[in-house]
Amino acid sequence: MTYIAKPKVHHPSLQKNAIGLTRRDYEGAMSTLCAGCGHDSVTGALIHAFWELDLEPHRVAKLSGIGCSSKTPTYFLKNAHGFNSVHGRMPSIATGANAANQDLTYIGISGDGDSLSIGLGQLCHIIRRNVNMLYVLENNGVYGLTKGQFSASADRGSLAKRGEANPFEAIDGAMLALTLGATFVARSFSGDKEQLVPILKAGLKHKGFAFVDVISPCVTFNDHDGSTKSYAHTREHLHEVDDVDFVPLRKEISLPADAGSTPEVRLHDGSVIRFRRIDGNYDPTDKDRAYSYLRERAKSGEVVTGLLYVSPDSLDLHDNNKTVKKPLTEVPYEELVPGAATLAKLQKRYR
Amino acid sequence: MQPTDVSDPRYFHKVVDCQWACPAHTNIPEYIRLIAQGRFTESYMLNRKSNVFPGILGRTCDRPCEPACRRGRVDGKPVAICRLKRVAADYRDDVTPYLPTAPTQKNGKRVALIGAGPASLTVANDLVPLGYHVTIFEKLDRPGGLMRTNIPSFRLPAKVLDEECGYIINMGVDIRYSTPVASLKKLLDDGGFDAVFVGSGAPRGKNLDVPGRYDSDKIFIGIDWLESIHFGHTTKVEPTVLIIGVGNTAMDCCRSAKRLGATSVKVIGRKPRKYFKASPWELEDAEEEKVDILEDLSPVRFVYEDGKLSGMEFERFKSVEKDGKLRQEKIDNIILPADVVVLAIGQENAFPWIERDIGLEFKDNMPVVDKATFMSTRPGVFFGGDAAWGPENIIWAVEHGHQAAISIHNHCQGVAVTDRPKQGQNLSSTKMGLHEWSYSNDYSGAARAKMEHVDLTKRLTSLTMEVELGFSIEQTKAEVERCLNCDIQTGFVTKACIECDACIDVCPMDCLTITKNGEEPELRTRLLAPAKNQKQELFLSFDLKQTGRVMVKDEDVCLHCGLCAERCPTHAWDMVKFELFHPHAGEKQSCSK
Repeated sequence: MTYIAKPKVHHPSLQKNAIGLTRRDYEGAMSTLCAGCGHDSVTGALIHAFWELDLEPHRVAKLSGIGCSSKTPTYFLKNAHGFNSVHGRMPSIATGANAANQDLTYIGISGDGDSLSIGLGQLCHIIRRNVNMLYVLENNGVYGLTKGQFSASADRGSLAKRGEANPFEAIDGAMLALTLGATFVARSFSGDKEQLVPILKAGLKHKGFAFVDVISPCVTFNDHDGSTKSYAHTREHLHEVDDVDFVPLRKEISLPADAGSTPEVRLHDGSVIRFRRIDGNYDPTDKDRAYSYLRERAKSGEVVTGLLYVSPDSLDLHDNNKTVKKPLTEVPYEELVPGAATLAKLQKRYR
Repeated sequence: MQPTDVSDPRYFHKVVDCQWACPAHTNIPEYIRLIAQGRFTESYMLNRKSNVFPGILGRTCDRPCEPACRRGRVDGKPVAICRLKRVAADYRDDVTPYLPTAPTQKNGKRVALIGAGPASLTVANDLVPLGYHVTIFEKLDRPGGLMRTNIPSFRLPAKVLDEECGYIINMGVDIRYSTPVASLKKLLDDGGFDAVFVGSGAPRGKNLDVPGRYDSDKIFIGIDWLESIHFGHTTKVEPTVLIIGVGNTAMDCCRSAKRLGATSVKVIGRKPRKYFKASPWELEDAEEEKVDILEDLSPVRFVYEDGKLSGMEFERFKSVEKDGKLRQEKIDNIILPADVVVLAIGQENAFPWIERDIGLEFKDNMPVVDKATFMSTRPGVFFGGDAAWGPENIIWAVEHGHQAAISIHNHCQGVAVTDRPKQGQNLSSTKMGLHEWSYSNDYSGAARAKMEHVDLTKRLTSLTMEVELGFSIEQTKAEVERCLNCDIQTGFVTKACIECDACIDVCPMDCLTITKNGEEPELRTRLLAPAKNQKQELFLSFDLKQTGRVMVKDEDVCLHCGLCAERCPTHAWDMVKFELFHPHAGEKQSCSK
């Protein structure tokens, strides 16, 4: 952590976005994480993404559980709503909040412990329900808050800082999400904002559950030679499948010269995700292929990054449940609580 | 772009904008920190090392440091560097135990200095401690030169001037008052000096030869008029006064006129205000004393009524700026009334006492002087201050004195004057723990302290009452925290960087970028914040080991807050204190480069 607060002054050329805010307006409190933590870089990327999307901070809800990652909502969007839940239970809270008010932008921040160990069951169900939110799993392979034990995402054979090897198989969050029917699955790296920021923007705009697994090195316990989640290892084994460009609706969409090789996915609000293929055959709308591709590459020790899968016609929790199309707070009391007579009428239908 | 060579002291020196801009390279951030710690005496002595006259300059300096100050680019107002210098002087204890002294054993060399102004006094200050016998020839009966006769006492009290000149003279300078040098040839032939330094200033005020110039005894040359006021020969002035010229001398003239009883004082400039030579603060101080400052007027002739000076006629212009060039079109002629006119349109050199056949070359009535060694074409004769290349200011005169002293020392010791000691630097970490630094790294948002002045009616009753009251302790405490400590540099070790982006994310001013290398003009455009201030350098690392990209820092608006270093997990960034070694006569090159 740092003793002084980040000074409020800024560069004279600092730009304002469409709603008159600078990037600095999307910051939060000073981080108390270890210096150099990948999570702080993810926070930095989120600040860029929210600013570039012109989102109003007070129309955003930040949710998290417990862990280093789950502390980070404090460090961005100080004017947003926030909820710090019980360990691993953020998905339930997020589902409830989203059910009650679908007009807010939801972002959940979790870690490999919070999501893949104690909260694995919760994660599975929020994926199935396709709750409309961006879910960021800050993945470092260790329990940093309890001094660096292996987490469920640690690769088999990778070494702890003290030297012992991990005997267990890893849970791959991205593959898990694909099998459970996630409609947006991506993987990125905290040390590559050029890739991460567009993915976060696309995830925020995707209607449905957007799962982003971010390799986010723990500098204190897992950034050493035997680690498979260090800055150096990740950079050496990165395999980028596509380069994502997110084009919001308000910008004119012009097709690039090589349009044929640049597939697009149009989102529900008309904005577009455009891909520049890096790996020639990869198609991020082909789920089966995505799954097998991930398995192949994982076997050879590669870390596949990019937008792995997106379903252009995703239906979220509210679509599937045919709920009222506005926040419950805006539904008149008489409609929300129609009274004993209406209840009796309803019950009569089931007799 | 090539990686930055920080082993060359010029790189970090340039980052310390104030020190770089100061002709004498005063270590400004360090003296401000000493003030912050209440170590006024040490702060004074550190100042004195470079600029020799902290008390005088703390009131009168042209402050090239302030327009350069990085703080000005951050919140619009530079640190009040000059008046903090005065704080060090105001609150210091007795400094006499720490002043340089002359050795009992002299080195047998004799040096003559002509004129007892800031340049000569600096030469004496540097040479006496080395064992030289220094003789100063001064035409007046007191030391100080232009600092005494041209700067009114309400800006620079005589006590301050006497004290700081005294520190040098009392080391044992052989000073001959009321002894103008009438012939340089005679001094060189008969004086028995090993070297002669000419520091006689630019003592002649420029004349304005327009009709009627010589028909009245109420038309004065500015610097002569100020001198006669200083020596009490002029004690009052008629009610309506015109001052021609808009330099700092004009400001001193108009404010003096106010104190001598003038009721209407107008200062006349030929160009619009932004082209005036006077410092903005001097113009403001004059206006505060109800002096009218008029622009776009060009003198045509003096006007007489019944044989008595009654005014002056001017051409009135309309000024238009086109393509950055000023164009003035005449509108009409006007007459402004005046009982007295003072001409303050500049100064020039005059060397009637230097013979032209002594091997000392002149060009356009100015001696030919080498810019680096300050030596004329006659070996052993040196020039400095306004005498060298025309009017500058006190702080330049001081630095000329330092440099000339190096040459004189070399010359007397049989070393080539071009063989000069080189600048060096000392770098040391300021880290004192995980999040603690040996300097105050937090940014203070305080506004620049405003100098309080003596009440207007009270001050105009006296020629000697100092107008500026100096900063109070409370003002000082706030002002020192505005300094950004630009000498505490961001040192970067490429091989330690793991490219985690922590420094980039935390930097409040978006100074840092990790990106692919490129040519500088193009690289400047693709930084996190575009580096548009071309006067400020880019720092470039070597190739980073994980991705081969480079770390780039735009020095322009760095707050030196140290957050990059605090958030760096590998100590690749460190806050490193830079000390410039700027050698004076007799000082050896430092151990580092």
